[in-house]
Amino acid sequence: MTSPTVFAAVGEVGKDFFKERTTDTLPCQSTDKLFCWDWARENFDRYETPLRQHVELVLISVAIGFAIAFALALLSHRHRWLRPPFLLGTGVLYTIPSIAFFFLLLPLTGRGRDTAIIALSAYTLQIIYRNTIIGLDNVSKSAVEAARGIGMTDRQILWKVEIPLARPEIFAGLQIATVSTVAIATLATFARGGGLGEPIFGGELGIDFKTNIIIAGGLAVLLAAAFGLLLLWLQRLVTPWRRVETE
Amino acid sequence: MSGLLSQLPFASIDGAIEFIFEPQYSNVTGGNKVGGIDKVVELTINQLQVTVISLAIALAVALPFALYLGHKHKFETLAIAFGNAGRGIPELALIAFMAAAIGVGLLNVAIALAVLGIPPILTNTFVGIHQVDRAAVDAARGMGMTEFEILRKVEIPLAIPTLMGGIRGATIAIVATATIAPLAGYETLGDFIINENVYGENGVLAGAILVALLALALELALAGIQRLLTSPGLKPRPA
Repeated sequence: MTSPTVFAAVGEVGKDFFKERTTDTLPCQSTDKLFCWDWARENFDRYETPLRQHVELVLISVAIGFAIAFALALLSHRHRWLRPPFLLGTGVLYTIPSIAFFFLLLPLTGRGRDTAIIALSAYTLQIIYRNTIIGLDNVSKSAVEAARGIGMTDRQILWKVEIPLARPEIFAGLQIATVSTVAIATLATFARGGGLGEPIFGGELGIDFKTNIIIAGGLAVLLAAAFGLLLLWLQRLVTPWRRVETE
Repeated sequence: MSGLLSQLPFASIDGAIEFIFEPQYSNVTGGNKVGGIDKVVELTINQLQVTVISLAIALAVALPFALYLGHKHKFETLAIAFGNAGRGIPELALIAFMAAAIGVGLLNVAIALAVLGIPPILTNTFVGIHQVDRAAVDAARGMGMTEFEILRKVEIPLAIPTLMGGIRGATIAIVATATIAPLAGYETLGDFIINENVYGENGVLAGAILVALLALALELALAGIQRLLTSPGLKPRPA
């Protein structure tokens, strides 16, 4: 770790940041520079595997979380009394910190990627469940009545009227869950689940090597932004009526 | 149940509970026992302390901004986008970077954690105030209330559920991430989890149980505070 005094350390970082532009010394790890471009250029390939693992963790966890939360939402849409217990259950899973969740699973699943995926999926349930039921609730009664009037069955009303009209909220929930999962998946390394947290904690580089933290953290931020924008675009794609309304 | 679990090759519930109450032998401390109730209490207080300080910083930064912007109905897109973007901050990188670039210890950890608390508080407070029924605000203005009175007596009470939602979200994020504070030189319950070689498998499981209980207890406490703050007229009445 660096100097314990806050302000002195900030001063040093500022000075070294400017020095970095004039001197170009390898290896840079031993110095206290904010970012070593030469090291980054030479070592960028180290991050390919963690990045791929990170994407996999997020996609698998959100897919599992979505499947479960969506099923719970549909079930409690038909049977209203199931809502309070489902909200409480998913709320408890949401409140338990992911890093604690990884190790609560220790006696059952040990360490590894599966453990990380279980904890990450559990975390997404509340966000997706809540948004889906809000979306289904917001569907206008008249649309449902009209569907019933033209002779649709309950099943047809659900899949052809209610779920399509609930898409904005469902996608909003999916977006929040995915972006959050990208961030939290950096902690999967504690459960030996891989991902972009691994170069920071558990790798051979050391937790105080700033260039490493910036690259790994920066990739996680970019990944979160990319997933967020992709889901925003998908949301616009599947809710064409909204574009007409806002114009 | 615990009898079955204790036969598995990993940590056991029994072992973890024993670790919480009685210090245990460690493989690396040369005969010094680790864990036990005194250490648990000390680390719990540490984790609560950093959580409270960090939450106070986040509130001090985010509340005035959000109340003002919400009252003026300004920068809606920005306030909401900021909250969504805040969810994408990778906790581990944030803590590690703050420790390496600024320094270690209680205050630095609290500042780093406050970064996670600001977006939910800012967005929820803004949305809560912004969504207050305009008719209620106009009525208050018609009665001769000043802008500050409108905010304090009308908008904030009506926005309490949304506003508290943000504070609860921030608290959960902060107390959860305070678990990895030992990486930045501040001992919390996460020490049991991170320094597995010192505390052993049972220590890791004990840490996880304690952190989960602490987060749930905080969430319950805040839900209680929210009930107290919610105006009687806004509470769902039994039918």
